[in-house]
Amino acid sequence: MLAYTLKRLLAGLVTVFFIATATFAAMHAVPGDPLMSGKARSAEIRRNLRVRYGLDKPVLVQYGVFLGNMAKGDFGISFTQQNRSVNDIIREHFKVSAVLGLVALAFATAGGILLGAVTARFRGRLADRSILFLVVLGISVPSFVFAALGQQVVLALNRWAGTTVLPVAGWGTVRHLLLPALALGLGTLAFLTRLMRSSLLEVVHQDWVRTARAKGLPPWRIFWSHQLRNAILPVVTLLGPALAAITTGGFVVESVFAIPGLGRYFVQAVQQLDYTVIMGLTVFYGAFLAFMVIVVDILYGFVDPRIRVAKEAA
Amino acid sequence: MRSRILTAALAASLLASAGCTGGEGARADAGAKVLRLAMTEEPPQLDSTRATDSVSIFVLGHVMEGLTRYGPEGDIVPGVAERWELGERRAVFHLRADARWEDGRPVTARDFVFAWRTAVDPKTASEYAFILYPVKNAEAVNGGRLPPSALGVRAPDDRTLEVELERPTGYFLGLTAFATYLPVREDFYRARPGRYAADAGDLLSNGPFRLTRWVHAASLTLERNPRYWDAAAVQLDRIEVPYFTSDPATRYNLFKDGKIDLTGLDKDLLGRAQADRFRMRSFTAGSIFYAEYNHRPDRPTSNLHLRKALRLVFDPVEYVSKVIGIPGTRPLYALIPSWVPGVERPFRKEHPVPPVRPDLDAARRELELARRELGGRIPPLVWLTQDDPFTAREAEYFQYLLSSRLGLALKIDKQTFKQRLAKMSAGDFDVVASGWGPDYADAMTFADLFASWNENNHGKWHDDRYDALIREAQATAEPRVRIEAMAEAERILLDAAALLPKSEAGSIYLVSPRLSGVVRHVVGPDPDYTRARLLD
Amino acid sequence: MSLPALSPGDFAPLSRGEVARGPSRPSLSYWRDAWLRLRRNRQALASLAVIALLLLATLLGPLAWRVDPGQTAMARTSERPRGWAALTVLAPLAPYQEVVVEPPPAAPAGAPLRAPEGLRLLGPATVEAVRLRWEPVPGAKGYLVYRSTSRPGGDYLGLPLGEVEGGNLVSFEDAFNLEPATWWYSVVAKDGAEGPPATLRVAVPAGIPLVEARTLDPAARPGDAVARPWRPLGTDALGRDILARLLSGGRISLFIGFTAPLLSILIGVLIGGVAGYFGGRLDQWLMRITDFVMALPFLLFMILFRVALGVGPGESGVGPMLVAMILLSWTGAARLTRGQVLQLREAEFVQAARLLGARPRYLLLRHLLPNTLGVILVSLTFAIPSAIFTEAFLSFIGMGVVPPTASWGSMCNDGIKTFLVYPHEFIAPAAIISVTVLAFNLLGDGLRDALDPRLRSVE
Repeated sequence: MLAYTLKRLLAGLVTVFFIATATFAAMHAVPGDPLMSGKARSAEIRRNLRVRYGLDKPVLVQYGVFLGNMAKGDFGISFTQQNRSVNDIIREHFKVSAVLGLVALAFATAGGILLGAVTARFRGRLADRSILFLVVLGISVPSFVFAALGQQVVLALNRWAGTTVLPVAGWGTVRHLLLPALALGLGTLAFLTRLMRSSLLEVVHQDWVRTARAKGLPPWRIFWSHQLRNAILPVVTLLGPALAAITTGGFVVESVFAIPGLGRYFVQAVQQLDYTVIMGLTVFYGAFLAFMVIVVDILYGFVDPRIRVAKEAA
Repeated sequence: MRSRILTAALAASLLASAGCTGGEGARADAGAKVLRLAMTEEPPQLDSTRATDSVSIFVLGHVMEGLTRYGPEGDIVPGVAERWELGERRAVFHLRADARWEDGRPVTARDFVFAWRTAVDPKTASEYAFILYPVKNAEAVNGGRLPPSALGVRAPDDRTLEVELERPTGYFLGLTAFATYLPVREDFYRARPGRYAADAGDLLSNGPFRLTRWVHAASLTLERNPRYWDAAAVQLDRIEVPYFTSDPATRYNLFKDGKIDLTGLDKDLLGRAQADRFRMRSFTAGSIFYAEYNHRPDRPTSNLHLRKALRLVFDPVEYVSKVIGIPGTRPLYALIPSWVPGVERPFRKEHPVPPVRPDLDAARRELELARRELGGRIPPLVWLTQDDPFTAREAEYFQYLLSSRLGLALKIDKQTFKQRLAKMSAGDFDVVASGWGPDYADAMTFADLFASWNENNHGKWHDDRYDALIREAQATAEPRVRIEAMAEAERILLDAAALLPKSEAGSIYLVSPRLSGVVRHVVGPDPDYTRARLLD
Repeated sequence: MSLPALSPGDFAPLSRGEVARGPSRPSLSYWRDAWLRLRRNRQALASLAVIALLLLATLLGPLAWRVDPGQTAMARTSERPRGWAALTVLAPLAPYQEVVVEPPPAAPAGAPLRAPEGLRLLGPATVEAVRLRWEPVPGAKGYLVYRSTSRPGGDYLGLPLGEVEGGNLVSFEDAFNLEPATWWYSVVAKDGAEGPPATLRVAVPAGIPLVEARTLDPAARPGDAVARPWRPLGTDALGRDILARLLSGGRISLFIGFTAPLLSILIGVLIGGVAGYFGGRLDQWLMRITDFVMALPFLLFMILFRVALGVGPGESGVGPMLVAMILLSWTGAARLTRGQVLQLREAEFVQAARLLGARPRYLLLRHLLPNTLGVILVSLTFAIPSAIFTEAFLSFIGMGVVPPTASWGSMCNDGIKTFLVYPHEFIAPAAIISVTVLAFNLLGDGLRDALDPRLRSVE
């Protein structure tokens, strides 16, 4: 197991290296000067800037410098937030995104499993249909509509109560988390609900479930240790990438709720062609994702002992 | 079970480390006058020698003070300098004795010399270095041809600053209030290499407020600076910015919830503000919006008649009221907007231009001439634009306008910000939607936009008479000569339909009833809260 | 159950060439059985019908509803759905002349500004312009004009329309976005501070400007009644017909929303299936490639694709966009399928099949993939709205469909901003996306049930 894990970590590093290289190449292939801001300026000012940010050197040299710094864990200074290092940006804002993402994912997972179980149990009945209706609404209306509507509800609530029951936006207390986590987790919740329903429906007819029922086990025991355990694999599969995506992809929700998370940097950096931030975030995201995938693969074995990822690979 | 407890503990510790500590804290000092705001983003650069954007300049305008300040009527009033003598090629500023840094040491002329030298030093690579070019040798220093010490600014003693000018500059006094001209103290700057103004403790203030707390992208706190020489005039105890969001609807909701005291409205929020019955105010924002044509000879837009046809079919009044939809925005018919001063009265009052009314028949005649000169047919025009909702909507408005009225096809080329800039510089467009915000309150900030040497002349328009007139206006400080030259240059521009003027920006905003004394500036840090008051 | 009578002869071996007595029912192939069961599922059938209807509407709709979806009408922007109404053609507007009076007497020092007196209309109020006139206020340096949709009161005056710069200028023309409605105009004098308001209630009758009327009926004259074209779902911010845009936009949204998920999930299922089944080194390689693709910054690579595939300005980038979307979004399905296959390949029935000598291809296609179908179908139905919105986003950054082509996603994105003021601009596209997604979900459910090999024996 240990050897397998180490091997996977090594492979993860190689993947990250390829991600970094591809992104570096793509970034330089995209037209546009990251230092151009539309202010009046002479060729001299532009040259000064290129020297300051090291863009006057050949691309291959820049790549070498980048790799050297990356090995040291240093991603340089942001081009747009000119006084902040990319490391600082990731360090400070990832904490925020991680908290928000974990809460949103916890909400989505718990809700998804619960609603999935309900819909599978009452398949074709009113509960199933009405949850399906909500799910469809949840995925065909973008999350920021819910965010905006949520804000309206909170506004009305605060006005009615005459005090701040829930904050409209901002960051800092547990109360600030509620609405954004809900908006952020909604899409995943909908997906997990459907996924859970579908895979539960596949196991209800399996022999071992019938056996358990024949043995006279109480329904909750059957659900808990026979059906859920077998049906949860797709959820586990998605959890890793979903966590990575949810903690970094909350751009819109962060903007609507004025949350100092990492998500906004992913979009801004590309739009502003902020070379150092693009590279730093991509490598960070790639590494995070690779790590989550390893965790999930190891979890597989625990969730379903029949899966032997490690043995096959070793 | 154990795993569940572990998860809960993990979440709790993460919450704590991410600053979720509970409680709102800052309520301890009851009675303090605290202004709360939301900003679009956190200031990207508070080092005054390198700042370029409006958010940073807004913060700098509150924590720093230059030789002069922007007054309530857009005038220039004494700041650190209490008086000055302005000559053709020389200016002398006398600094007030009680100007202090926040640590109590006096602000001296050397602090200005250091800041200006730093700004033009090629190693600093300041984007706004060009704003110092009126100072002698600034351009040569910035180009690396002279050492920074050769810059034409001296401090014969602590309270006297002597500036030599490269050439007579009529608007030089207005520049001394600009962010790049703010002082920086050398020992403080050198003590934090590469970190000056990176955090709250790394910025040394000499203005009405000081930066006391800065949680990146989360909150910013400015506190009254008791050492400021005019501290008695500052009424606010603190300005807090607990929200950074680019979403105007969120800022509106925060205002409605009583969490912030001022917010701007975009077109989409005007209806809500009316339904909620807020008192709305409007002000002239100062920027102009226009379409630039590509004048390179291989482009159809290099044809005069085609450009005239486009101008005759476009109705700035309809555009302003229906497409922009923000009252206070004015139709633009020339290059210089209405607020710019002339010799005695506003420039536009001294040199009025008649509004251009759409005239379909005349437009079609011009188009026919253009078609003949362009060899029978006019290829589809490429309209370069950016990926934001307004410019996209505007491009579609023009697309239908040209196809339905003139039968001209318009290809909309939407690009992200940097790609659009790259295409503009490369001349890869026929028409591009442009805008320009003024750097100083003088017609020259607009007038030289189409000079052949200006990098913002993306369409490479070239006219020797225009260039000569701009040079003439730049070579003298005599107001009448300068204004006349610029007015003549503008006439040449309009006769050649070298650009398509669209609108002059206006803005609608809400102020909470308890806040008064907010000054809106066309040029410089806006809004200005330095003399604002809060009722209890 | 009664047993048929058996005789010893029934147990005699058949001789070669002799055909066994067939089963009592005709043999049903897997697919045929699935189809039969799908046909019995009313919900699935209804969904199928809805999808067919949507396709038909988007293919034939633009032929039936012949309104140009790109046609802007600045006189009727953001119009709510309304019935037909004939409008009176307005007389052409006389040129506006600013009213200038003798400078008002200077106010005694320190006296507060009064409210303007005699606020009245100057000429008729029409949807083209409302002109106001008032008497000068002593001490005023100028006047501010406000307009409100409700009676002003307290601090509230309405939209600040503009400013008259001069105490002796006592008129104002409002041409800002006028609609037939009742408006309250307020005028205040100012001299640094603002005085109290004078308010005038103005009812603007419906009407149609002559210039616009002539575009509908070249012979229209002032006073005639002219009917404007009907806009059953209202208009958007540029006055374009929302119904026409929905119909034409559906082509692109349904095409992208169907093709991209289908192809990307197909690729994902194949890669995931192969990785999961063969395991080992192949699995490791394929999954590392999946991680790699998943981590690439989507936006950056989309821009790169546009450059690499040479989509010129104003050219439709639907092809390249589709390629890019497929190449970058198969990863989720691959991971899901692999997970399922890993679990299934150790299942008893698969091991039994393997023992019986089934080849990998047969095992994968016949046993493993059909059993992962439920999960795959869920991914597929969820990929549809996500593709529709990805298309909208990509079109927004200039990669994808070019204006004036509409798509449901971009209509939705445009409508969201004014959702609270003009809900009709958002609800129409959002509703049709929801219906599409619901139909695909129900159809997916039906398909899942129909294709589930275990359910076969249950019925």
